[in-house]
Amino acid sequence: MAKKPSSLKNMLIALFVITAVSGGLLGLVYGLTKDAIAEVELQKNEKAIKEVLPLGEGITYTADTITLDDNGVTLSFPCNLARDANGTLLGAAIKTTEGGFGGNIELMVGITTDGIIKGVSVLSHSETPGLGANMEGKFKDQFADKKPGDNIILEVTKSHDGKKVDAITAATITSKAFTKAVDNAFKAFESNKSQLQKGGQQ
Amino acid sequence: MSNHLQTFTKGLIKENPILVLLLGCCPTLATTTTAVNGMSMGLATTFVLVLSNIFISLLKGFIPDKVRIPCFIVVIASFVTIVQLVMQAFVPSIYETLGLFIPLIVVNCIVLGRAEAFASKNPVFPSLLDGLGMGLGFTLALTLLGCIREFLGCGSIFGFTILPETANILVFILPPGAFICLGFVIAIVNKLKKESH
Repeated sequence: MAKKPSSLKNMLIALFVITAVSGGLLGLVYGLTKDAIAEVELQKNEKAIKEVLPLGEGITYTADTITLDDNGVTLSFPCNLARDANGTLLGAAIKTTEGGFGGNIELMVGITTDGIIKGVSVLSHSETPGLGANMEGKFKDQFADKKPGDNIILEVTKSHDGKKVDAITAATITSKAFTKAVDNAFKAFESNKSQLQKGGQQ
Repeated sequence: MSNHLQTFTKGLIKENPILVLLLGCCPTLATTTTAVNGMSMGLATTFVLVLSNIFISLLKGFIPDKVRIPCFIVVIASFVTIVQLVMQAFVPSIYETLGLFIPLIVVNCIVLGRAEAFASKNPVFPSLLDGLGMGLGFTLALTLLGCIREFLGCGSIFGFTILPETANILVFILPPGAFICLGFVIAIVNKLKKESH
């Protein structure tokens, strides 16, 4: 087939038809995959909640939002509150985000009402593979069962006294951001705890 | 038939997009931190390359010369978005490793380069072979670079640890290591090519 000459009419038709067909096709594919993607996201969320807050059976999770005043800036954290059959608050799985080295690090932190961090799960990040991305290992596990209220201060430090968080080698920014994110979630939960506990009994 | 075979194989070594044509270096440098990342990126690109080559070859009579680039980009971007949506929905585990890199395929100059240099001038079947050959050559180069960088930087290949942590040379995971590795690999390939002549 010979090439069409580049007249205004031909160019307009070609561009219009190609963009219209592409747009229609994309809309179709989006419609077909939308539910599946939402389902995947939901499952990922649920899995993360169960992972960071293993409380056994018979627990109902309700979505909520808690806020924290950080030096005049109000941060809000989407969270899932875990209550037992009587409506007593047992803990919360809190979503927390902090800017890392390559973009935002999104974490899910599970905290119980007695102030213990049960676990942390990484929802998404874009840190350097082989460096910051190593957070999903030894580094992350350090946070499990920590009780920041006592003598443990959540702060990245070089000292190896076992009370503080050991940073990832060559990924200081990632380590600091990760720790800050967990810390924020903890503070937010602690400052909202009494109010949330009241809310459940009503 | 031998002509078709040549169309396919030229992308693998003789006109390898990375090692010889030096096309698409941006994703090459960015995604080859590990062997798995390099290979997945290569395969995703191959898929888009084959589909865009087929469609651009089919549409070549319909697209006037002056607006060919925007038309090609729209076709390529559509396929990339389809790949992204489908992966997100049905293979979330692969999507999680690759998520960040998939939109990068749109701006990969191999895809546009092959559309411009080959698919817009040739019939459908050779265009398909060209896309497949170039894509696999790209995958080969990316996997090789990924293996080297992962081995030197993390002491492992495809996630299997080979060297202890103390033997890791961090710079190979970082961007400068990508340039160093690519330079050496190209030098070695050129040397081998010269000797085989």
